[in-house]
Formats: sequence, structure tokens, C-alpha cells
Amino acid sequence: MSEQRSRSEAKTDAATEVEVPKEPSMLLQKELISGHFDKLAEAHERGQKVVYTFVPGNLTELLLAFDVLPVLPEINALQAGMRKKSGAYITEAEKLGHSEDVCSYVKCDIGMARTGLGPTGKKMPPPDMLLLSYTGCFTFMKWFELLKQEFPNAEVAMLHVPYQGDGIVTAEMRDYVVKQLRTEIVPKLEKLTGKKLDEDKLKGLLERSARAEEDLVWVLESGKHHPSPIDGYFGGVFYIGPIFTAFRGTEEGEHYYKVLREEVAGRIARKEGPITPLGPLNDQRYRIVVEGPPNWTSFREFWEMFAVEGAVCVASTYTKVGGLYDFGFRHDPTRPFETLSDYCLGCYTNLNLPSRTGMIAKYVKDYQADGFIVHSVKSCNSFSAGQLLMLREIEKRTGVPGGFIESDLVDPRYFSAANVKNRLESYFQMIEQRRRGGVGAASEVSP
Amino acid sequence: MRSAAEIAAVCEEIVLDVGLSCVLRHRAESGKKAIGFLPIYAPREVVEAAGMLSVGVLGGGDQIEIIRGDAYFQSYICQLPRSVIEMGLSGKLDALDGMLFPAICDVIRNLSGMWQLLFPNKYVRYIDVPHNHDWEVGGKFYVHDLRELGRGLAGVSGVTPSDDRLREAIALHNENRRLLRALYDLRARAPHLVPTAEAYVVVRAGYQLPVEEHSAIVREYLEAARVSGRAPLDQSRVVLVGSFCEQPPLGLLKTLERAGCYIVDDDLVLGARFLRGDVDETGDPWEALARAYIAHGSHTSSRYVAGEQKGEYLIDLCKKRKAEGVVFCAPSFCDPALLEQPMLQTALEAANVQHTSFRYSENTAQFQAIHEQAGTFSDSIRLWSEDQ
Repeated sequence: MSEQRSRSEAKTDAATEVEVPKEPSMLLQKELISGHFDKLAEAHERGQKVVYTFVPGNLTELLLAFDVLPVLPEINALQAGMRKKSGAYITEAEKLGHSEDVCSYVKCDIGMARTGLGPTGKKMPPPDMLLLSYTGCFTFMKWFELLKQEFPNAEVAMLHVPYQGDGIVTAEMRDYVVKQLRTEIVPKLEKLTGKKLDEDKLKGLLERSARAEEDLVWVLESGKHHPSPIDGYFGGVFYIGPIFTAFRGTEEGEHYYKVLREEVAGRIARKEGPITPLGPLNDQRYRIVVEGPPNWTSFREFWEMFAVEGAVCVASTYTKVGGLYDFGFRHDPTRPFETLSDYCLGCYTNLNLPSRTGMIAKYVKDYQADGFIVHSVKSCNSFSAGQLLMLREIEKRTGVPGGFIESDLVDPRYFSAANVKNRLESYFQMIEQRRRGGVGAASEVSP
Repeated sequence: MRSAAEIAAVCEEIVLDVGLSCVLRHRAESGKKAIGFLPIYAPREVVEAAGMLSVGVLGGGDQIEIIRGDAYFQSYICQLPRSVIEMGLSGKLDALDGMLFPAICDVIRNLSGMWQLLFPNKYVRYIDVPHNHDWEVGGKFYVHDLRELGRGLAGVSGVTPSDDRLREAIALHNENRRLLRALYDLRARAPHLVPTAEAYVVVRAGYQLPVEEHSAIVREYLEAARVSGRAPLDQSRVVLVGSFCEQPPLGLLKTLERAGCYIVDDDLVLGARFLRGDVDETGDPWEALARAYIAHGSHTSSRYVAGEQKGEYLIDLCKKRKAEGVVFCAPSFCDPALLEQPMLQTALEAANVQHTSFRYSENTAQFQAIHEQAGTFSDSIRLWSEDQ
């Protein structure tokens, strides 16, 4: 396949679903994630405990220090969405009395829990513990209360992570989380596993986390290059997979980020863009920053809508939900509890709206973006409430136009391909017109 | 002596006045500033100890037309933040010098950030109540948060909320809480004497009045209701659940009663009754407020209680109030209420308590379908329940 493809050729491919080669790191990532699901399927047979927890504020190193396996229900839900299974699970949950108004991740997870299977079709062990890390999302709390109904024998541990209402982390906030780790989370994990916490082991895991984080940041910031060697949103989803799930602090995780970094470095040297579902995106017409999670049920189709226009996502906020590393934070093995606390407090959806707005405006400038798009999902009020105001503020601060599209995480009923595509096309046309000094250009504000 | 209906009519006028003229009048008379707070619960005592009026903001109800508010929220976000933004942008909240946003859901949480962006000159604080109820952990964190709130409010008013001032405010609110408990007890004993549409406006009027003034009104209403001579009707006794944040229109409450349901308990204007017991009036008042939150906070879907058996409190409440059924009455797109509802329904079914459910928004105008549903529910209890 030619690397420099015309837009009309790409549009044809989009219609005919041509298989394109995947990046080697994507294959490695897939292997890691599916290997984790395989390990989970036999966990109880091996006598290994299983702890359900959430991506934002996950305490993977702490869990691994106790040799327990994490299960991330959001990951299960999004994997089910990508495999086109989520619609049936959601319908099942709604039949059980769950409202159509609420988060589709929750309903997908509840529906899936009733089957006893995970998204790959393999057995999903019931939780030995529900570790509710209340970070940046109110729905998490209700989600785990609902899971407690499904799995009444599971122990529950609650970690309340205070919100950055004033846009800062105070010493008292950090201390509150540290105290909970010491008095609530660790004792319950010790009871569950019958082991004392091995702090040296935890520190070793945190050291590896920091090295992987260094590589991840390098990769994410490579989006500043022209052409961008990565897609920091759709591709970014694959890049964050290991570190946001079960592999932070592991050797496999550290290895993955080395491989990924080398791969991206190669593309920078060759001045290549990322591989998209339509092939390599070298002719990058639009550099876009994206706010909000992707749609999972039509993930490939959604990505193609960008790729076919020559739009590359140079940065995104979704790749920061499980850890905000590009503003300097790294896990610090010398102060394990404090660093876990800082990690939880700093996740993207735990930031207040002014901080989120400032962050996106900075991305637009730092990554020399032509525009930014807000993908607003019905399921996630933590992300979505206030996005329309953020959009206006960012436009005002950067002079760059914002686009707004709506769908959902894993409820296929809310992804209207024609509407999304239509909006995106209009948006890119508008950027084109502004470049030519047409409509909208006069109102441009200097950054 | 005014009749119960006359007192309720005055309260209704206050409640329906989205321009907060009542607050403006008090500001003018007292020279005090005012701080608003969103649902559910905010420690009003701290605001008042800092020399200001505390004003509950429960949205515009069916009293305002949403013009700008809709441009700030997607269609799947509940109605309350739209009307609050509308009120803010149209100057209806100009009487307020700041706003408190309690931790209740992601929408109210993010609304705090919107307020910071839209009204940079106003005081804004997010109240992060603790979900960890261990006194040494969550309790002390909350005490610190309360003191920070006090310092911030002092910056607005110029009045330091001293321990003595705070104790004084606590005593006044304890008195108010006792009166509201008496009102709810009377309604549960004799719901024909205290129609919910009246009780509701009497309670809610307190969100715009100084606490002493409100206590006087509740006291007067209680006396008037007891001697109102209203006759009991053959109605079902129900508990209303899910209306703790965005409030249903008054017409909806009247509809439920007309359809044959005596509401013998509810979570309307829950913030006014959030603390179910008194706050200690001796000792450290900051700690007393925090201890009261942990020990006496209401069971509601946005408050995490470790080890709680879901629905247990609701079943106990039904027993205590001799309720025959539960009406789930939640706003559309209300995550806390709607995510909680299936758990409560499961518990009620296990306890053989009947329930029905519907959704509303604060500006719902058509009640016919709700009337029919509530009427059928009431009939099913009265005519066909096993106890008949």
C-alpha cells in the first residue's frame, strides 16, 4: 500500500474496510492485554486473589505488591464495546431496572457480570475485593455499590480521593489519602492475602513505573513533531493501555514502553505519521487536540472519519485519565504512599474545569494545533458537564476553532455515524476556509 | 392568628421568587452579604458565623424560561444546572457574593468550575464532604475543610467565624432542625393536617430566610396546622424518594396527593434536614459540625456509608412512618438517584414493600400521566394489598 495516499483513495478504503498493517507495539499491546484476561480466567484456580478497581486512581503497584490481579471494569466494558457485545449487555441491565439515563459502562458491566464471562469470552472471576478508588467520577461509587449487590461476598475498600476544587493539591488532601492507604486499603489487602506489605517490593514496582512513565511522556510529546509520528487520541488509546491497566510497575510494561518509544523514534527519523485504519497518515492536513473519551462501539469508523480527512490527533485529554504525567509527575519510590496519593489526586478528571481548560489551551499552543474537538459522551458527566463552556474559553484563549460532537462510550444506540461524520466534515471545511482567509478568519484572536 | 394555608401561601411566594427579593431585602436591612449553596447539604452555620446570610439555590423550577442555560449543557444533563446558570447569567443571583458547591454528583461538581470561569470575582468553594467516616481520617480532614471554608468566607465578609459565633449559629440551626423534625413527625402522624405541598414550601422558604425568622414561621405553621380542622381522607401512605437535588414542581406534589397518596416522608429539600440529630453546642464547634455529619448525616445516594445494607434505612423509614409504599420520584438524568434506585427497589421487594417510579424535571408541566400512575399505585395499595 502506498504511504502517500490520496484522500479519495482513503475514502474508498474506508468503505471497503481494507486491512492495514498494525504497528508492532499495537500487536505487543494486544498480546499483553489478552494475556492478562487469560491469567484472570484461571486466577482462582491458581489461588490468586482478584481485586476489581478503576483506571483513574488505580493502585496497581500496591496490588501487585500483594500478588493480586487487578480487574478494571471500565476496560471490560470498553473491550465489550469494541467487540460489539456491549449493546446486549446494556439491554440486559435495563431489563433489570437500570435507567436508560445512566452510564453505559455501568450497565454493560452489570449485564456482563451476569454472564460470568469477560469481554474476550473467557471466564471472569468474581472479585475477592472491590477496591473503590473514588477518583474524579461520582458514578464509580454507585458502580461498586451495584457490584457489591452482584458479588455480596466481596470485601469492599473505599479510597476517597478529594477533588481539586481550587485547582491545587494541598498537604491535607495528600495526607487524607495517605492515611486511608495506611489505615484502610493496606490492612484490607493484608487481610485478603494473608501477607504483610513488602515495602521494598512496592518501591521496586514504583521504580519501574517511573521509567515507563518517562517513555510514555516522550511518546505522547512526540506529537509536537511535524508530521506527528503518533495519533495521540486513537493511537494513544493503545499506548496508554498497559500503563493504565495491569502493567504499571511490571517488567512487561516497562518493556512495552521501550519498544513503543523506539518505534516512534523511527517514525520521527523517517518523517512518518502513525498507522491509522486507513494506513500511514503522512499527509497531515489538520493537527487536532481532542477532549473526551472515544466512542468504543464504532471506534474504527470514528478514527477513519479523522484519517480520511488527513486529521491527526496530536494530543488528547483522554490519555490522561489514568495518570497525568506530562506536567512532571512521576511515581517516586522513595515516598511510596505519598506518591500513590499524588498520582490519584492528579488524574485528569480530578482536575477542576479551569485547570482542564488551561491544560487544553496549552496543548493547542504547545502542539501547534489547527483546532480542537470536544467529543462529548452521554455516559460520562464527569467529562461532559461543562464542556461547552470549556470550548468557548479555549477558543477565546487560543484563537483556534473548536468543534463539538456527541455520542457515547459503549451504547451503540448513541453513535450516529452520519451526524458525527457530517459535523467533522463541516468542521474541517471551516478550518480550511479560515486558512484561506474566508469565513471565520476575521474573528481569529491572536494567542 | 394566621391559618396554615395562609402561612404556606406566604412561604410559597418566597419559594417561587427566583429573583431572591427576600434575600435582597435582608441584605438591605442588615447590611450583610449573602452566600448561596447548591444541594444537598452545606454547613450553613459557618456562613452565618462569618456574618452572612446563607441562601439555598435549588434552581429556577418552572418559574423561568431557559434561554442561555441550554447553550451550556448537552441534552443529557439534568435541568437544575441549566436553570442555575440561567439565573446566574441573567442577574437573578446577583444578591449572592459567593456560591458553595457540595459534593453530590459530577454535574454539580463541574458546575463549581463553571462558576469559577463565569464569575471570577465571586467566591466559589467546592465542599468535599468525607466518604471515609473514621474520625481520625475523614473526620479530621473534614474539620480542616470546614476551617478553610471559614477562612475563605471571612475573606468575603470581613467577619471571622469565631468559635463563639459558630456555636451561636449551631444553636439556632439546632432549634430549626428540631422544628422541622416536629413538622415531619406531625405530617406522618396526621398527613391530612399537613399537606405536602404546604410542608414543602414551609421548609423550602427557610433557604431564603435568616434561620431565626424561618424557625418562627415553622413554629407558627405547626400550631396552625394542628388546629386546622382538616378532615382525613382515605389515602395511601407513601414515602417519596429521589428528589433531594433538583426539585419537582409544586404541581407535581399536589398531583400526587390529589391522586390518593399521602406523602408521610420524603427527601425534598434534604439539605434543610440533612443532619438528623442535634449538633453539639459545647466544645469545639468545628469538630461538632464534622462529628454531626458523620454520626447524623442522612442516608442518601450521594453519601457513601461503609458497610451499609442498601435500602435498610428506607425499609426502617417505611416502618417508622407506617408507609404502605414508596414512590421513586427522581429527576431525569440524575445519576445519584437513578443509579441508587435499582438497589433500593431490590431491597423493597425483599421486604414486600410496594413501589412505583417516574421521572420529572423541575419544569415539568404535564401531570396527567403521573396522576394516573400515582392513582393506580394508591388504589393498588388500598384495595388489593395483602393487609386489606
